[in-house]
Amino acid sequence: MIHRFANPTRFVRLADVIQPWAAGMTFLFFVTGLYFGLFASPADYQQGETVRIMYIHVPAAWMALFCYTAMAAACGTALIWKHPLADLAARATAPIGACFTLLALVTGSLWGQPMWGTWWVWDARLTSVLILFFLYLGYMALNNAFDDAERGFKASAILALVGFVNVPIIKFSVDWWNTLHQPASVLKAGGPAIHASMLTPLILMALAFKAYYLWVLLIRMRGEINAMKVRALRMRQVQQADMADKVAAGKVG
Amino acid sequence: MAAFFDMGGYGGFVWPAYAIVAFVMVGLWIMSRRFQRTSSDELAALNPRTRRRQQEPNDET
Amino acid sequence: MKRKHKRLTFVMIGLLLLGSSAALILTAFEDNIVFFYSPTELVDKKPDPAQRLRIGGLVMAGSVEKLAGAVVAFTITDTAKTVTVQYKGILPDLFREGQGVVAEGHLKGGVFQADEVLAKHDENYMPPEVAEALKQSGQWKPKETTQ
Repeated sequence: MIHRFANPTRFVRLADVIQPWAAGMTFLFFVTGLYFGLFASPADYQQGETVRIMYIHVPAAWMALFCYTAMAAACGTALIWKHPLADLAARATAPIGACFTLLALVTGSLWGQPMWGTWWVWDARLTSVLILFFLYLGYMALNNAFDDAERGFKASAILALVGFVNVPIIKFSVDWWNTLHQPASVLKAGGPAIHASMLTPLILMALAFKAYYLWVLLIRMRGEINAMKVRALRMRQVQQADMADKVAAGKVG
Repeated sequence: MAAFFDMGGYGGFVWPAYAIVAFVMVGLWIMSRRFQRTSSDELAALNPRTRRRQQEPNDET
Repeated sequence: MKRKHKRLTFVMIGLLLLGSSAALILTAFEDNIVFFYSPTELVDKKPDPAQRLRIGGLVMAGSVEKLAGAVVAFTITDTAKTVTVQYKGILPDLFREGQGVVAEGHLKGGVFQADEVLAKHDENYMPPEVAEALKQSGQWKPKETTQ
């Protein structure tokens, strides 16, 4: 019991320190990022003003991949080292990652219609990101599908690890196959293919999304730690009740 | 100002994209806060040390 | 300690097997994952006129022509081979000469009859003035100045 509680207590103390900073960073980067993204940056030479969708679409897509990687790493840690917080970190990350993936898909669609001439195509990039979204949903569903929470954690952790093959496929889909989606602009060999005036809002918004993730993750981790303690206390109550029943039965019979 | 909202004729795509991002991110934050609060209330109600203070006096067990 | 290592190797081997099987499957289905063919691939493939497919490449500069009955004709190139496309309908905003395009339809008698045309843009983002300056100083990428 002490082992199970000691670590989360230390984590909550650490979270108390980090959380106000994460919140402050989120606001700071969003304000500056939106200022540069909407006011202080030029239109693109080909795409005109729609390029401003990039400043939310690309950070959302990066975070979709980042969250899944973090979730899979947490699941691996939970399966191998049985760290008590790892399952909770994965559980707390999944809904955030799912939201980022949904945002990447929706903003991409709103960008695709005016530029490509279509809301959606089944090319390798778009399809693999849709699969990523379903993996998040599948993880969350499986996580809560069992009466015994530990079994749900284990089953969904395996699913998350299996689904991790999708992450490199998403990243390199634009290089491996012909896709309608354009190749990477920032994280590519030979440096970014984005002009500095557009790279600035993109990086600021990416930092804002990352700070937001950290902020919401800490909030959700606290919730998950509370929920874990609730489960442990309930189980102890049940065990005590069982014990009392057995003692009573022993006395009577 | 009107030109800013028009976004070179693409306002109908740019602004909904930003609105959906704001809606989902604020919504997720609110739901996460609510989850934290309800779970901490639940824990307080179960914890023997805080239970006496939190619950009504006529509550048994 | 022992159990921990066992679990680690188990997870590692599992991921390795999974990764290689995914790679095998994706290689096997390469034809279905490819979103479009290049003109060179299409010319080599000689597809059935009934087969619906997509062709992608750059719109050759100076090739866009308005034919009778609101039909647009243009040439798609991958700098090696070219295919002429005919299309009736609304072109996307990003459709312009020298830019990427994906057309969907049938190849009939050497002319690609498209019923859908999508624009494909590249990974470069810059303000118009910078693009203009690059063009004037001759640092523009050669693939976009085909013919």
